Amino acid sequence: MHPAPSIILFTTLSGLGFGMLAFLGLDVPAPRGWIAFWFFLIAYVLAVGGLLASTFHLGHPERALKAFTQWRSSWLSREAWLAVATLVLMGIYALGLVFFDVRLRLFGIAGGLLALGTVFATSMIYTQMRTVPRWNHWTTPILFLAYAIVGGALLTGRVELARALLPLLLILQVFAWIDMDRHEKADPTNIGTATGLGDRGTVRAFEAPHTGENYLTKEMVFRVGRKHSSVLKVLALFIGMLLPAFLLFLPFNHVFAAFAVLLHLTGVLVQRWLFFAEARHVVSFYYGR
Amino acid sequence: MTTLPQHTEKSLGLVIDLDTCVGCHACVTACKGWNTENYGAPLADTDAYGANPVGSFLNRVHSYEVQPETGPAQLFHMPKSCLHCADAPCVTVCPTGASYKRVEDGIVLVNEQDCIGCGLCAWACPYGAREMDPSEGVMKKCTLCVDRIYNENLPEEDRQPACVRTCPAGARHFGDLSDPESDVSKLVAERGGIDLMPEQGTSPVNQYLPPRPRDEAPEFDVLAQFLEPVAEEPSGFLGWLDRTLSKVS
Amino acid sequence: MNVQLNTSPKVSDEVRKTTCYMCACRCGINVHLKDGKVAYIEGNKDHPVNKGVLCAKGSSGIMQHLSPARLRSPLKRVGPRGSGEFEEISWEEALETAVSWLKPLRDSDQSKLAFFTGRDQSQSFTSFWAQAFGTPNYAAHGGFCSVNMAAAGIYTMGGAFWEFGQPDWDRTKLFMIFGVAEDHDSNPIKMGLGKLKARGAKVIGVNPIRTGYNAISDEWVGITPGTDGLFILSLVHCLMKAGKIDLDYLARFTDAPCLVNGDEKSDEFGLILKDAAGKALVLDRKTGKPTPFDDPDVEPDLSGSYRHAGITHRPVLHHMADRYLSDTYAPETVAAKIGITAERIRAIAADLARVAFDEAIELDREWTDFRGKKHSKMVGRPVAFHAMRGISAHSNGFQTCRALHVLQIILGSVEVPGGFRFKPPYPKPFWAHPKPHATHQPGQPLDGPHLGFVHGPDDLLLKNDDPQINDPNTPKRIDKAFSWENPMSSHGLMHMLISNAHAGDPYKIDTMMLYMANMSWNSSMNTSGVMQMLTDKDENGDYVIPRIIYSDAYSSEMVAYADLILPDTTYLERHDCISLLDRPICEAEAAADAIRWPVVEPDRDVRGFQSVLCDLGGRLGLPGFTNEDGSTKYKDYADYIQNHERKPGVGPLAGWRGNGDEHGRGGANPNQIEKYIENGSFWVSHIPEEAEFYKPWNAAYQDWAVNLGLYDAPTPYLFTLWSEPLRRFQLAAEGKHRLSPPEHLKARYAETMDPLPLWYPPFSDADEGYDVHALTQRPMAMYHSWGSQNAWLRQIHGRNPLYVPTKIWEANGFEDGDWAKVTSPHGNITVPVAHMAALNENTVWTWNAIGKRKGAWALEPDAPEATKGFLLNHIIHELLPPKGDGLRWANSDPITGQAAWFDLRVKIEKTEAPEESQPSHPGQKSPVGAGPSTVKQKLGE
Repeated sequence: MHPAPSIILFTTLSGLGFGMLAFLGLDVPAPRGWIAFWFFLIAYVLAVGGLLASTFHLGHPERALKAFTQWRSSWLSREAWLAVATLVLMGIYALGLVFFDVRLRLFGIAGGLLALGTVFATSMIYTQMRTVPRWNHWTTPILFLAYAIVGGALLTGRVELARALLPLLLILQVFAWIDMDRHEKADPTNIGTATGLGDRGTVRAFEAPHTGENYLTKEMVFRVGRKHSSVLKVLALFIGMLLPAFLLFLPFNHVFAAFAVLLHLTGVLVQRWLFFAEARHVVSFYYGR
Repeated sequence: MTTLPQHTEKSLGLVIDLDTCVGCHACVTACKGWNTENYGAPLADTDAYGANPVGSFLNRVHSYEVQPETGPAQLFHMPKSCLHCADAPCVTVCPTGASYKRVEDGIVLVNEQDCIGCGLCAWACPYGAREMDPSEGVMKKCTLCVDRIYNENLPEEDRQPACVRTCPAGARHFGDLSDPESDVSKLVAERGGIDLMPEQGTSPVNQYLPPRPRDEAPEFDVLAQFLEPVAEEPSGFLGWLDRTLSKVS
Repeated sequence: MNVQLNTSPKVSDEVRKTTCYMCACRCGINVHLKDGKVAYIEGNKDHPVNKGVLCAKGSSGIMQHLSPARLRSPLKRVGPRGSGEFEEISWEEALETAVSWLKPLRDSDQSKLAFFTGRDQSQSFTSFWAQAFGTPNYAAHGGFCSVNMAAAGIYTMGGAFWEFGQPDWDRTKLFMIFGVAEDHDSNPIKMGLGKLKARGAKVIGVNPIRTGYNAISDEWVGITPGTDGLFILSLVHCLMKAGKIDLDYLARFTDAPCLVNGDEKSDEFGLILKDAAGKALVLDRKTGKPTPFDDPDVEPDLSGSYRHAGITHRPVLHHMADRYLSDTYAPETVAAKIGITAERIRAIAADLARVAFDEAIELDREWTDFRGKKHSKMVGRPVAFHAMRGISAHSNGFQTCRALHVLQIILGSVEVPGGFRFKPPYPKPFWAHPKPHATHQPGQPLDGPHLGFVHGPDDLLLKNDDPQINDPNTPKRIDKAFSWENPMSSHGLMHMLISNAHAGDPYKIDTMMLYMANMSWNSSMNTSGVMQMLTDKDENGDYVIPRIIYSDAYSSEMVAYADLILPDTTYLERHDCISLLDRPICEAEAAADAIRWPVVEPDRDVRGFQSVLCDLGGRLGLPGFTNEDGSTKYKDYADYIQNHERKPGVGPLAGWRGNGDEHGRGGANPNQIEKYIENGSFWVSHIPEEAEFYKPWNAAYQDWAVNLGLYDAPTPYLFTLWSEPLRRFQLAAEGKHRLSPPEHLKARYAETMDPLPLWYPPFSDADEGYDVHALTQRPMAMYHSWGSQNAWLRQIHGRNPLYVPTKIWEANGFEDGDWAKVTSPHGNITVPVAHMAALNENTVWTWNAIGKRKGAWALEPDAPEATKGFLLNHIIHELLPPKGDGLRWANSDPITGQAAWFDLRVKIEKTEAPEESQPSHPGQKSPVGAGPSTVKQKLGE
């Protein structure tokens, strides 16, 4: 799949934002006053910024409201509802904390759960794609949630929790990559089933329909070299997990903590790039790529 | 609502004969011509005369080589457009309801006014049947020429998809695949029509007729197929000629 | 979901029916108009050629009509030739310039004008103009296209493939197709193949490349290029050896029983014995006496010989037995050369025999032959063949094409149910066609039609009647057609025009006028050399070819090399006639012709070239183009189409003549074009059922054809297995004729001009070290160079790799994205490669005419056509490499002069990827700018 910057930004930022909101809503003690204000501001900037980034991917962003209509069947529609519900509930919760020093507990819990639900809905947009075997796998929602939770812990300053979670995330991610590879290889779709000619012999794409590119080849037929992806994987683990964990194990320091957050964010961006770039859409078989 | 109908009254679709398709691309441009001038936005071409022309097409012809275990390699042409699946994943992923499958005939369509151009339906389609128009930003796909097949402004004989009407080799057939008595259903039964990517679970309506065997020795006895000589030498041939002609006259 | 969907939108305001011109197929089209503009094009269901279907090109016609490469006004060259720098001028200035160049030539020496047309569909008109002008130098593009196919067919059986005939698609059970370019007669062949597939009939494809029609063939013969003749004659060998030949058919309808003069001392040795009236003689089985072939009571004998005055005269079939039963053509002898096994050859021969004889069909139709014999039924041999350039564009192409016809004829499968059938005005034997003419006097028209069919050395166009010329063998024509070098060049040799004119051999010319011929690019061999010749200057600084007038509708590569441009219209803006006098669109069961008419008016200052010729003809005072008072006779081409009469009662169009109720013969009808438009722009006249088969011998057909004006009198004839014209040239080489070919040609005459088809290796087989065959094919979705200006079609074929077979791919360690240097004895190119397994293992190929010169066709200079596309033409020369005998031999068929571009041999090696395909020529300035970036025309709501 084409690693479109708008979508990488969307999943990364909104994942962190909603992860942060989950912590802000569920975790105690909740911050109050100015501290709360800054936490909520960062969370909203990330969550809303991510959602806005996703609209850059749309052909008709002015019609985006229509995306709320199909919650019964569409994960994207559900994501939209969950995101809005989260932002509204958490908004009320934040108002209480920032301005009235009141913690509306139920709003916090409901909002926090909805935030996780939003991340889950986002992940299901990808997980449901039978056409992309790498995504169509149980690790996808787990990973999305795990990244949101770890990011949320980091951003809300849960240092001890983050220390514990970062290595776990690393293990989970390594396992997921290995298992996604296996899962993709085991997928029954190939150029033989794509063309129905598989039982006649070895099938090979000869001439593509057109000599140039088209929407499908630009959007879905993307190839990243194996060597290239290995380097990026090491980089994602190192920058996104090992280095931040290392910084957190040093005596606490706000500069180190901020670095840890930035490094993690960078690592997630690399991970998300790979999430798209490594994913093979079955339409690639028609193009022999 | 982008949930799929439980049942459609008909399953209109195409039957494409891979034994006959010569790969001429006639269906590709006939489709482009009709659908540029009709349903929804025109099918645009960007950088039309430049280095990287990219246009939206609803139907494209691929070609594949097959190397059998023995014998020469074979070449096949494969036109591909929307297969109007019974279990169309492109419909259910649509967040706006722009994508839908018609109850009356099973045609999968995009209501362009409702399309936000998110591209999810194209991701969900295993066949590459949907293309975002590079100029209009809405999803384009085969409509099965829904504005031809019922069009009362067209003569009866022309009420078929543009690609079928134009196909010079007669490799494309249109009809109701839910009716076992229809010509297309009979053709599928007779020739063993297949689904593309059956494992994707999309239950495509469009069917592909597999190519007949190629480069096979005739069915009769291998030795008997060779001709028995009447003579080894020209003089012998003339003798045979004389005898044969004497018999005739 | 309630989606408001209008399933009955208005389709268009109006449908205008005309004829397609996206290739040479000439299908009927419905042009839908909205607000007076072209909105949509589809096939016309009533049309005899395409019956509603339309190919990729036809349906993309709208983009050709809207092409940004359309020329807009007459142009005068202001920069150097090749630069593309022009100035727009008025039509009056353009026409007066042309007259000022042409008039002095007409009044002094018309041979100084060479007028050649390319993909012209009005040859009967353009040749009529050239004849009136008086230049001997006129031809169309047939010489490098397919003259071997056409001439071999006409010389052998009075018709060939495509316009001349077609398989009986509804009845044939086994169809064999040889080397067919995928564009020729494209829709009818695709429709026919579809019919065969629907019936489950078998298709055998013979072609080194398994694309298109060969891809759907049930059996593929991936033959070595240039060996088709050997394969065919090996099939003939097998069939004759097994006695699987149609003796009755051979005896009645062919020259197989005709007696060949066996007197070695005679000047007619090897010619057919004839009676005093010139009738060919056969032995009558009943009397044993030589008898004219058409005697009502004769029973031609295939078996006996005629002994007279101590000399034995044997029938043609005996000579065939000598030739074809020899081991030279045994499958075991030829298999390795052909590239298939002896068993396959035998199996295919057996298949042919089985279907032809064991599965013969009979139609219960009575018919009467030319001898007056009544037949109670029509017997069919349901084996049909079709072939095109793949077998003809070789230096052994003429004899190979003849060999294929011999195979068809011995199977008895020509003009029978299930076999191959002629389309009117064919059958027509070679002797019923005109002979070539080239005699001109200042200010006078030529003495007859330029092109035709020679019967022997007497008909050559040589300056042996001109006392001022020393060498009596000097050709009269600039292209040396009908000279000793190319004696039977029935279509002329357009491919030699520029190199001969540049060399001043046989003489210098002043003005070259070309129409629709992209000679500085894909329509020439040795393209880089041709570009050089067109820009070459003499010692005075003048161009060696002084003046070039060119007419084209589009900004092609050739535009840049002309001095004066006469911009033509698109095909939707013009009148045309697809005439029975020309290359008609008839069917095996009907005569038909058609028109084009301006379904929309041009929005530019352009004029149909034929109308321009009418105007020029008037200005030059040409006979046939001026009235008695000297005024211009035809105001435009439409006027000519309706009012011209080639002979009394016979004009360009056969339908609705006279008062509108006469067909075929009749006076001019001022409303004729209206009648055509009312009828969908075509006219059809069906052949009566009893006349549908056996046409060359069927009295009912002959009468029908006379009635329609196709013949002046019934013209039955025998198929010519034994070609006397060829034998006459051999006799000349043997010193038995008043004329004699130059010494250096005599050996070649003996070897190649054999009266019976034979196979000899293509001349390029002598190119040692060049082991790989290199071919081009035209894709079905592109026609010549035209498609690249089409925004839809250029997306399908925007560049062309060189396809390389597995063996060569692996030997060179090629990978996707690699480039190769391809070297012929003449030069080299560097091009991208791609792998193809379904390909003869010693052959590489590419799609033809995808490569474009930068700046042409209104494409951006970085268009892939100009950077990655390429032409194989650069490495094919008009001449063979020097042999050391001091002579330069033509790279063409020695009989017809057909360009042998499929003879090309190369070697191939992997190389670093260059920036662009090589050679890369500097660009030309576009006189029309470049096209818009986005195309999305929609006229409706």
